[in-house]
Amino acid sequence: MALSGVEIFKLLPKTNCKKCGQPTCLAFAMKLAQRQATLDSCPDVSEEAKKILGEASAPPIRPISLGTGDKAAKMGEETVLFRHDKKFVNPCAFAIEVKDTLSDSEIAGIAEQVMNSEIDRVGQKLRIDAIMLSNASGDAGKLEAAAKAVAAKAPGVPVIISTGNPQAAEAAIKPFDGKKPIIYGADASNLEAMAAVAKAHKATLGIAAKGLDELCALTEKAKALGIEDMVIDPGARKAKEIIEMNTLIRRAAVKKNFKPLGYPVISFAQRDGGLHEALVASVGVAKYSSIVVLSSIDKWKNVALFTLRQNIYTDPQVPMQVEQKIYNIGEPKADAPLFITTNFSLTYFIVSGEIENSKVASRLAVMDSEGLSVLTAWAAGKFTASKIAQFITDSGIEKEVANKELIIPGYVAILSGAIEEKLPGWKITVGPREANAIPTFLKTRA
Amino acid sequence: MAFTPSKETYAGRVYAVTLGTGDRAVTVGGENVLPFHSFEGEAPNRPLVAMEIQDVPPSDWPENVRKAYEGVSDDPVRWATFCQDKLKAGAIALRLIGTHPDRENRSAEDAVKTVKAVLAAISVPLIILGSNHAEKDTSVLLAVAEAAKDRNCVIGKAQEANYKTIAAAAMANNHKLIAMSELDINLSKQLNILISQMGFDKEKLITDPMCSALGYGLEYTYSVMERIRLAALTQNDVTMQQPLLGDVGMYVWKVKETQAPESDMPQWGSAEERGILWEAETAAALLIAGAEVLIMRHPKAAEAVEKVIDELV
Repeated sequence: MALSGVEIFKLLPKTNCKKCGQPTCLAFAMKLAQRQATLDSCPDVSEEAKKILGEASAPPIRPISLGTGDKAAKMGEETVLFRHDKKFVNPCAFAIEVKDTLSDSEIAGIAEQVMNSEIDRVGQKLRIDAIMLSNASGDAGKLEAAAKAVAAKAPGVPVIISTGNPQAAEAAIKPFDGKKPIIYGADASNLEAMAAVAKAHKATLGIAAKGLDELCALTEKAKALGIEDMVIDPGARKAKEIIEMNTLIRRAAVKKNFKPLGYPVISFAQRDGGLHEALVASVGVAKYSSIVVLSSIDKWKNVALFTLRQNIYTDPQVPMQVEQKIYNIGEPKADAPLFITTNFSLTYFIVSGEIENSKVASRLAVMDSEGLSVLTAWAAGKFTASKIAQFITDSGIEKEVANKELIIPGYVAILSGAIEEKLPGWKITVGPREANAIPTFLKTRA
Repeated sequence: MAFTPSKETYAGRVYAVTLGTGDRAVTVGGENVLPFHSFEGEAPNRPLVAMEIQDVPPSDWPENVRKAYEGVSDDPVRWATFCQDKLKAGAIALRLIGTHPDRENRSAEDAVKTVKAVLAAISVPLIILGSNHAEKDTSVLLAVAEAAKDRNCVIGKAQEANYKTIAAAAMANNHKLIAMSELDINLSKQLNILISQMGFDKEKLITDPMCSALGYGLEYTYSVMERIRLAALTQNDVTMQQPLLGDVGMYVWKVKETQAPESDMPQWGSAEERGILWEAETAAALLIAGAEVLIMRHPKAAEAVEKVIDELV
């Protein structure tokens, strides 16, 4: 369990020397408890206190990087069970399984799909994060050859090598030396040898257990062998088991600070049908998996899974925002309607969606309101007549439209006079209050 | 180190609510644990997927979902029996969208005829939904609640603006009632309290905290549902222990991802499979957050959701 501010305070020098930048030791202790400060700021703390506080303040789930460089995926560091409590930190990585029984050209094909999987959504770049190379052949030479093919065709993509055979692992890991791969498949039968390979290549060790008891025993043993970075697989395969075991692991880690389970979890969602696989993967995304392994890449599946991951990992306290600009919906001609709204992503999505549904090509001016919705932004003084007028003027849209008419949200009808005053020559029309009335609104105008 | 799992026992329990009558009646809710946490408590009933039909042909549905009902969707009775008999739907949700003043503006009498005909043809539970026009719904739902008397239907949706009449109609005719509020746990609680204060049994309510589609605010519905369920279980809050509804299809089948052809969005892949998954994944996420009743449109999406439920229970 994380220590409370008062418990931390008892371990501090209590000199109120202010060297940490806080007025008192108690204030510093409170900052530490909220993880807003680190212990290094205190020059006088005792070694003993450092040890106790260091252990207690280490993140309950160990931060580990999968891969290196700009394609690396961060894992772990989670602090809560429910996303409304606090932002989920590191979005789970999607890995595609590549079996070493595939031909070189098949491997090259998958590698290319992974390299091209990136899509942009609300300003975030989303992609398949990793390749899991599995030793389906049981042959060390085949795994090594497949590893070389992956390294050549998918450069920079983080890799998980899945094998229970330490010799095969040793052979396959070479192309990924220093690139923070995972060697997955350490169990009771091979732990020491697998740990030795992971250690020699500074790789993360993937523990494959059958149940939580065995998992704890294995991580403890690996730790005793000097392994710090691990990802853990409790053996859950059915969706129900993924929820059960991932929940128990997350609870133990964040509520009890139980170190043997304080590692990122890898889940396996491979199924025969892509649709079913996507839904099982969704369970992992929502319920605490740090890596979800999939069997195939389909663009339609990717976009849905990426979007779910983005939704679940959105900061509940910071509204998602879209960029301030004038968006074209359809192919608006000069006389197309021009709407204005705020840049809260939901507001934008709903308004643009309803305009699209109306099948009337339009322009939608989205104004930066710090991610607030229309009424909230108006109440907060971020969606006012002068700001709207300024935005419309600066946008230069005047030159592109035939009729200088601006449709404002019905909720801010009160602004129409003031905007007209500040935008000479423009006609301000009050649109519907709710976006779902836009299609009717546009129909009646036509 | 031996591991002692920390299992949670909760003070509260979700009300078990029975829909429909006879052999095909279905009970939802009844669990005293978080969704699919049967490892630490009881979760006696499986979530229910209701297939959505309309009183008028689904001209406003995208082609990819409309074509699944070709030849049946021009008649609500045929459409309902198709869902019950061919798709093996556990329940039917009839949306009286044609009564909306901006649509066909069908009268309450027309709606009554449709409801009676559908009820005569099916034995699974029926959820009867208005057109979401607060004023018109009052008269339409009042009439259809009476026409469906004693069939233990679910009537909806009662909202802040119109709950009194609709709740009274549901109560007088022995129906369950959907109470809908807009993405706010406090509003949801408040509406449940207002409706119970009228004498409506709080154990006959179903809460709709408002659905959102994947990518279009799903995280809000997800978290509101999760918070409602936690309040029900951990605080034993009797005003939040109703089963939760996700009205998925209506929200999903209007977003861009369920409509844009692959030729417009090559990065998004096959439009048909994408649309189906969009609906199924929205539904699956809401199940994990706490939904017990889902209203869905595409047969393949519903089938996939049933299959993942098989794996979850």
